Amino acid sequence: MKIAVCLKRVPDTTTKIVIGGDGKSIDEAGIKFVPNPFDEYAVEEALALKEKAGAGETVVYSLGGDSSQETIRTALAMGIDRGVLLKTEGSADGLVVARALADAMEGEGFDLILFGKLAVDDYNHQVGPMTAELLGLPCVTTVVHLEVADGAITAEREIEGGVEVSTCRLPAVLTCDKGLNEPRLPKLKGIMAAKKKPLDVKPVELAAASIEVLGLELPPPRSEGRIVGEGPDAVPELIRLLRNEAKVL
Amino acid sequence: MAAILAVMEQRDGALRKVSYETVTAARLLADTMGATVDALVVGAGAVTGVEQLAIYGADRVLTADHASFGLYQPDGYAATVVAAAEGCAAIVFGATATGKDLAPRVAAKLGVGYASEITGCTVDGDHLVATRPVYAGKALQKIRLTGSPAVLSVRPNTVPLAESPKAGAVESVAVPEFEARVTVTEIKAPADAALDVAEATVVVSGGRGLKEPEHFKLIEDLAAAFGDAAVGASRAVVDAGWRDHSAQVGQTGKTVSPDLYVAIGISGAIQHLAGMRTAKTIVAINKDADAPIFKVADYGIVGDLFEVVPRLTEEIKKVKAEG
Repeated sequence: MKIAVCLKRVPDTTTKIVIGGDGKSIDEAGIKFVPNPFDEYAVEEALALKEKAGAGETVVYSLGGDSSQETIRTALAMGIDRGVLLKTEGSADGLVVARALADAMEGEGFDLILFGKLAVDDYNHQVGPMTAELLGLPCVTTVVHLEVADGAITAEREIEGGVEVSTCRLPAVLTCDKGLNEPRLPKLKGIMAAKKKPLDVKPVELAAASIEVLGLELPPPRSEGRIVGEGPDAVPELIRLLRNEAKVL
Repeated sequence: MAAILAVMEQRDGALRKVSYETVTAARLLADTMGATVDALVVGAGAVTGVEQLAIYGADRVLTADHASFGLYQPDGYAATVVAAAEGCAAIVFGATATGKDLAPRVAAKLGVGYASEITGCTVDGDHLVATRPVYAGKALQKIRLTGSPAVLSVRPNTVPLAESPKAGAVESVAVPEFEARVTVTEIKAPADAALDVAEATVVVSGGRGLKEPEHFKLIEDLAAAFGDAAVGASRAVVDAGWRDHSAQVGQTGKTVSPDLYVAIGISGAIQHLAGMRTAKTIVAINKDADAPIFKVADYGIVGDLFEVVPRLTEEIKKVKAEG
């Protein structure tokens, strides 16, 4: 099995967001960057599938600046065989990213191309299925359970109040959700080995965007709340407030 | 006059509530832009609830009927939406599991960008300007959609249903040929088909303060007392295996905007607050008066949840019984 994983470098989810000087992006000072948590499910799935198949290759792709090399190395430390950095500066909309990824992976002969269901920074929820569409491949998103057999997959995805079961032939594109697996932690040996694994840096020219970021701001603060009281005796007053003030009862 | 295509969602042959929100959102935009609203219903055979689309502002109801459209058919739905969107100024989806899967496929086919899970939209000259939460709601991004048509999905529960009666004439549209690369074979529903936290109007969430997974019964009982509430959970208890990940609220779970969010035994880690801060009313019950959750809560009760929650459940039951 030859499997690609698309990986994004994002701020750690414990990050407190500070708006940058341009008013359109975040202030990156002091922020710890990590591989997108949902992409780690994709990395784990690729590694597990290759181990199960007993042969194959896993390749991680990331689009970004030089700092994304560190993110790629994390995936290599987990066990991915090699990395490709599609090097570019600045940000891009989902379709532009999908186009760059599709161009890079076209003709590489991947059986599976895996994404996280979304990146926890942009929350775009779109690059995986867009890439699939551009490559003309079947795609199942937000996969929580996967079986691969005889050149086809059966995938389960969570929908409101149920689980949707899909099948398709390989090659295919999948986006991975929490619940699919438990990503392994890099071990010291893996971290050492990752330093020697191939990491190609390929500069890419991005296509014109059709989403223009005008601004980024912090959400309006919630109006000051109040402590209704202490212990169960405060419940009647809470009920009164929910009924008469908040009008949600 | 340009049209806005509102893509409807059905399950088991009935329109889902989010469809009326989508039509309402499209109507609001159409009124600003001087456009009409086409509501596209993709299904197999008759879909109930279609007659109500006119009430929320559909000028036309387009039905695309295909034997394989009973369950979601991503490739067929995408091809049908693209065909129906010919000449449209914008395509509006509900940001549901289906909408979030379908919209990017449509955008890629059309070669335009896509604004997902927007919570607001204005018209600026020839373009739409959308507001959308990023970093799970820790920040709001304002973006201009310069592609044509504009493709967007609207977060559930952010557009209050509003009546704006229009003709809603029903017309059937042809389903274009498509290659079914993916086949949905079934929907497995849990026995107690649970409400989804992302769509429920009331969410009752539990955290580590419950101490033991069995104590989630308290949360379930309170949710049941409300009648229409979903049960949510903090990341800590999902990671501990107490609850399924589908219930997780927060940056690596779901972002929710219910009318009422009740946080019980949840301290309020930054990634959790990000996921629920757009709830209209927030109630927090926690024994630690300094817990960060009280900073975002409209109403807080400091106390032992094992005493407070059963009392609250009783009182809610009384209120509901009074109707």
